[in-house]
Amino acid sequence: MWRVTILVLAAIYFLGPIASSIRFSLVQSNGKDGFGNYTQVLHDATLAHALATSLELAGLTTAILLVLMLPTVVWVRLRLPRVALLVETVSVLPIVIPPIVMGAGLASLQLHAGSQIDSLLFSSPLTALTPFYVILALPFAYRSLDVGVRAIDLRTLVDAARSLGAGWVTMITRVILPNVRTAVLTAASLAIALVLAEVVISELLLYDTFPVELANQGQENAGVAVALSVLSLVITWLLLFAITFVGNRGSRGRVGRLL
Amino acid sequence: MAPRRRGTLRGPWVGIVPFAVYVLLFLGLPLYEVLYGAITTSGGSLTWYNFSQTFSQPEYRADFISSLKISLETALIGGFFGFWLACAVVTASPRSPLRRIVGSGSAVLAYFAGVPLAFAWIATLGRFGELTKLLQHIGINLNNTSFTISSLSGVELAYISFQVPLMVLLVTPALEGLRPEWREAATGLGASSFGYIRHVAAPVLAPAVIGAVLLLFGNAFAAYATAYALVGDTVQLVPGTIQQLLSGNVLVDENGIGLALGVEMIVVIALVMIGYAILQRRAGRWLQ
Repeated sequence: MWRVTILVLAAIYFLGPIASSIRFSLVQSNGKDGFGNYTQVLHDATLAHALATSLELAGLTTAILLVLMLPTVVWVRLRLPRVALLVETVSVLPIVIPPIVMGAGLASLQLHAGSQIDSLLFSSPLTALTPFYVILALPFAYRSLDVGVRAIDLRTLVDAARSLGAGWVTMITRVILPNVRTAVLTAASLAIALVLAEVVISELLLYDTFPVELANQGQENAGVAVALSVLSLVITWLLLFAITFVGNRGSRGRVGRLL
Repeated sequence: MAPRRRGTLRGPWVGIVPFAVYVLLFLGLPLYEVLYGAITTSGGSLTWYNFSQTFSQPEYRADFISSLKISLETALIGGFFGFWLACAVVTASPRSPLRRIVGSGSAVLAYFAGVPLAFAWIATLGRFGELTKLLQHIGINLNNTSFTISSLSGVELAYISFQVPLMVLLVTPALEGLRPEWREAATGLGASSFGYIRHVAAPVLAPAVIGAVLLLFGNAFAAYATAYALVGDTVQLVPGTIQQLLSGNVLVDENGIGLALGVEMIVVIALVMIGYAILQRRAGRWLQ
């Protein structure tokens, strides 16, 4: 009985605001009901541009994150188990640094940097934000990749690949990667969700990413802001819901536990 | 001798060089900037001024106190409800739709909701929110009360909606670790249901639950996106003040104060994480 009560209360508390948002977003700025707020993103060049920037950031961050972390995790498991704890600790370290403090560090770096670094790093949101979003995503990436790599018989796979003449790159991309794709997909989804949600650093550094533009819309056009919020919550949820179904290779339960 | 030395250098350590260099550069550099800026003047000489300002100026003290207060309150409330929600869900099989929906939904709200969550609450309890209108129908006018969604108590309400899901994510593994045999053994020895909870379940779960609440505290303390979208950088919380001090429309000298506040935030969260790690180790004794 108490179980049902709790679930009903939770449903009211969490689905209530979502239902309110949907209702709220269906009232257009002209007062009529309709999907105008949802199609606004197609007509508003600023919004569309911000969304494109964020999607590029998400893709680039995920790519760098995986290229950096998958070989590192494999290497540590295989050749350097004694530093596994150190690498794990360093990877989880970004949790201790609030985004606003990371942003403050970057703002201060921008202020002190010579014009060379300034133009190299800070002239575009892609070069300015991607390296640091990778850092913010490290805790998620390390944990999911480590769980995935631990669940496979790494030593045997590596020995087999090596004895067939595979180099390090071939081994990672053609042998390890297909075996840990659940973990890789989990890490990628979490990184994408993180980039599409990150507002604090990009706002402080004055880059026009999607969440920054979303927050700005709130002042001018609440209907559009709420509509985009609904879309963003639903899309992120679908992404994470989908990965609870990906792969059933025994590691599933543990990867699922990350969520 | 020389080739052999080269051989050891190319040995196992070479594999973590990219990771080490990357982290040193892109985590180390901003951290160094924060620390260096906090303890030096704009001219570059050492100073304690920035830190002493954060302690002596009432406005900064007030920010810290309200940040700590909102973190504590949302951690306790979120922890309480999150724990019971996790208990209600954990009995279902991990592959059941309920578990999948609650799990993925919790991850969205706990980690990635930020700005959208703020607007969901504005649509609900804002000036023209759906619940506000509904309450007006039955004669309660929220707009005449002191409550607004962009007040600190509104921010708190919104924060709880990511704290509860985070608690669910954090305590579910601990609850899964409770073995059915323990209950059977306790019952077999004549324990009542309450006795089992009092003498077995509660002591086993306590470190994990306290650790999770601690993490919730740190989470709310570091959070800013939701408050920013609800209130803007005038919100009376430490991150809002840091943003104001660093966004460039104040004197350069005040940059240092913002960075000092940043260092203090890191210290608070680092202490929380150390406590969490200690409690996790204790929790691991029985669970998993």
